[in-house]
Parts: sequence; structure tokens; C-alpha cells
Amino acid sequence: MARAVTPRRKTINTALAWAVGLIIFFPILWTILTSFKTEGDAIAYPPKFLFFDWTLENYAIVQERSDYMRYLWNSVVIAGGSTLLGVVIAVPAAWSMAFVPSKRTKDILMWMLSTKMLPAVGVLYPIYLMFIKLGLLDTRIGLVIVLMLINLPIIVWMLYTYFKEIPGEILEAARMDGATLKSEILYVLTPMAVPGIASTILLNVILAWNEAFWTLNLTAAKAGPLTAFIASYSSPEGLFYAKLSAASTMAIAPILIMGWFSQKQLVRGLTFGAVK
Amino acid sequence: MATKASRSAARLMMAPAVILLLGWMLVPLIMTLWFSFRNYLPLRGGDLGFAGFDNYVRFVTSSSFWPAIGATLIIVVGALLITVLLGILLAILLDQPMWGQGIVRILVIAPFFVMPTVSGLVWKNMFLDSVNGLFAHVAKFFGATPVEWMIDKPFMSIILIVSWQWLPFATLILLTAIQSLDSEQLEAAEMDGAPALKRFWFITIPHLSRAITVVLLIETIFLLSIFAEIFVTTAGAFGTKTLTYLIFQRVLESQNVGLGSAGGVYAIILANIVAIFLMRIVGKNLDA
Repeated sequence: MARAVTPRRKTINTALAWAVGLIIFFPILWTILTSFKTEGDAIAYPPKFLFFDWTLENYAIVQERSDYMRYLWNSVVIAGGSTLLGVVIAVPAAWSMAFVPSKRTKDILMWMLSTKMLPAVGVLYPIYLMFIKLGLLDTRIGLVIVLMLINLPIIVWMLYTYFKEIPGEILEAARMDGATLKSEILYVLTPMAVPGIASTILLNVILAWNEAFWTLNLTAAKAGPLTAFIASYSSPEGLFYAKLSAASTMAIAPILIMGWFSQKQLVRGLTFGAVK
Repeated sequence: MATKASRSAARLMMAPAVILLLGWMLVPLIMTLWFSFRNYLPLRGGDLGFAGFDNYVRFVTSSSFWPAIGATLIIVVGALLITVLLGILLAILLDQPMWGQGIVRILVIAPFFVMPTVSGLVWKNMFLDSVNGLFAHVAKFFGATPVEWMIDKPFMSIILIVSWQWLPFATLILLTAIQSLDSEQLEAAEMDGAPALKRFWFITIPHLSRAITVVLLIETIFLLSIFAEIFVTTAGAFGTKTLTYLIFQRVLESQNVGLGSAGGVYAIILANIVAIFLMRIVGKNLDA
């Protein structure tokens, strides 16, 4: 809500907030800028901020040397696939908990949340072993399943809180008008639920895209997503800042853009409704 | 209005999610428990029989246990302090009237969407490197000797990276909480002549207390299990081997599965202690 303040105060606020915002954002900005430099300019002293020879060669080199497109595709399949699969499983569950609640609904929700608290490293070996036995190691389908299971509690919770906001009176009115269960779901609930489902997908794609425990431990060259691709720069040869920056920029750009659209969902999705 | 038929339909609709999560929770957990009581070395003879509580004893008496607990505590507490304190200040600042508020918010939130391997490597190389890093350049400019951040100040470096990643989360949640603060209360206090610091301490902070608790608990759960940030920067060297990293090394690098699994059980217990407090707050909210 806008409180009335003096223009002077507003100017100070603005200057201070922009300064802090730019400092926090600076590492990202610097990475993006460096991705357009030559390797020589990338480590130049004094650092070159804007006046350097802008080049796209790093992007070409990164793609050529390490087959960036394959990692990107792996990320898209793993993040997208795990989220969609999770939503397909979670929608009926969240729907029934929101509209046909029973005494145990709350307990089930809480229990689902508790599975999210299990530290991944505690079950690393069992999952690793199962992956070997089932031939899932370094496959996309294996990671789709694991990341789906990891994010399923968040997906159910988010959908549940969105469905809860759909007023029950509308359903009763539809029933009075003789709507069947099928048409009730199809024509009344679904249109109202679409924004919530879309937000849930958005946030969970982001979470799956950035997941870096299972993706690092369960993949190698074949199914590795961008998290693993970037990790390969931890033992580089020669000058590599500009190439690292180009690879990083390509890895974070799509998710940064999606992230900016999902600020509100972030709070809802990650606090399980504990902060409103 | 719920009929018997709709109840059983509801149960059926919940079944897939419940069964999957139950399997996901129980099967690996039981396997970890089982391994923790076995002398299991996949590369050196396989399962060499029942070990009793040997693995549990050996895990806590090994020379790397207490340093790992120490490293975990330093990183978690350090990052919590920085993100919560700066988060409160930043949330208050962002709540003030200003020009371009939306853009500033986007700038502040952005680090949260950067994948951990990118933030680890970008900070390590382009900022903290003692030869070509930006911090070294700044030090040179002022005539100081550049610091070998990752080697001489490994905890400061990792806390810096992790705090940068989590400050947006703390800020965003605290900002959401601040915006629900009744501004009339603050204005009334102002009219009664309460100074800014007192208004902050007696009105804003109490109002934020629950949001702060939630931030602390959620961050603790995530920070206890940070992995990639260490994997790509120090790989556990220079004393930065956390409990999570130690277990990872026992299980996958040295393939001492029995020992690592016992460590895993400790990690699970630790996370559950934190989780219980968080669940209580969430549960209360669910009733309301």
C-alpha cells in the first residue's frame, strides 16, 4: 500500500534500493557481460566493463566442444517430464483432498510434507543401487522419476492450496443446475483451476531444472542435464572465464525469465502456506 | 455433501500419490537402515556380514566426524544469520515507496533462480580467484595483496556463495509478511511519537516473528544438505567437508556403504529434529 512520503524520502529510498539491487544482481550481470568477451578481455586488469570487443565466439565454442544442445535437451526433458508427470499424479489427489476432505486429509498432507524433509544423502546409496540394478543410471527416465518423487509433495501442496480457494458454492450451484460429475469437473472446476496448475508447473520446472544433488550423482555423459554440464567446468584447462560465462548464461537464462514470472508462487510453494 | 460413493472415489484419486510417496519414503529408508548394520564394501568383498552398531560407533569416532559437524554448523549458522538479518533490512527497504519497485524486486530475487553449480563456479573463478578474480583486481587497485579466498578463507567463501543464493528467498518471504502488516498501527505509533527504531523493534519485529521462524527452519533444512556448491568449489578440501559431503564420500567415493549408511541415518535424524518444528507451524496454519 502506498503511504504518503516526501519526494526527498522517496528519492533516497529509490537510490538505496537500486544500489542494493544492482549489487545483488551484479554477479549475474558480470557473467552475462563476460560471456561476450574474448578470453583475454575476460581477465583483463583493470576489468573491462562495457568497452571491449563484443563477440559471440564463446557461444559457438561451447556448443561445438561440448554439445551444449544435448545437455539443454536433457534438462528440458528431465525438468519438464518430472513436473508434468508429478502434476498428472497430484491433480486428482489434491482435488479430492480439497473437495472431499476427510478426517485424515490434514494428516496425509502433513505426512507428504514430511517426506520432503528426508535428506537426499541419507538414501543416496539405496537409490544408486536400485538405479544400477534397474539399468536406470545415466538415463533421463530415471531422473524424471526421482525428481518427480522429490517434488510431488510440493506439487500436491500447491495444487491443494489453489483448489481450496475455489468456492464450494459454485460447485453446489452447478449441481443444482443438474451438472454431472464429469461436466462439473470439465466445465466448472478446470477453468478455475488452470491458473493454479500453471503456477505450480512453473515453480516446479524451476526447482527441477536447478536440482543438483541427484542430477550430479546419477548421471554421466549421456543423460546429464545443464547442472552436470556446468560442473564439468570445475576442472578446466587454460583460460575459460568467457566460455564458463557463456555456458552459464545459456544455462540460467530460460529459468531466470520463468522465475521472474513466478515470484508469488515461490512464497506459496516453498513455505507450504505457512506465510501469507 | 460428500456421499459414500464420492468418498471412495476420493480415496481412489489419492491412491497413486500416496502409494508412490510411501514407496519413495520407505524402501530406500529401510535399505539404508539395513546397510547401516552390515559390513558392506561393494568394491572389497561385498557384504561381509552383520556389523551390529559398529558402523554407528565408527562414524562418530572417526577423525572426520567432528570437523564435519563443525563445518556444517559454521556454514548453516553463518548463512542463516546473514540471510535473515540482511533479509529483514532488505524487506523493509523494498516495502518503502520508491520508483521502479518492480524492477528492484526482480534484481534482488534473481540469484535464487541460478543453478547451484553456476553460482559455485562463477563465484569461485570470476570473483574469488586470487589472480584473475574481480576481488583480487579490487585488492590490487587499493594496493593490497589479493586473498586466496577458497584456500585461506574457505568458510567465508562458501557462506558468501550460499548466502547470495538464499538471501532472495528470505527477503521475498519477509517482504510478503511485512506487506500484511497493518500500516495504521505503525502510523498510530508514529503519531504518538515513537521513534523509528522503537517502531521497528516493538511492532515490525514481533509481526515478523513467525515469518522469520519459517525462513530459519526451511533454510536450515535446505542448507543442511547443500552439496553442489561444495562439490564444484572445494570438493570438501580446506576443512569444508560438511556432514552431507562426508557421507557422500563414504558412500560413493570410498564405497564403504555400511559406514556411510550409518552416517545417513544420523543425517536423517538431524533433519527430522528441524522438520518437527517446521511441521508444527505449518500444521497450526492448516487448522486456521
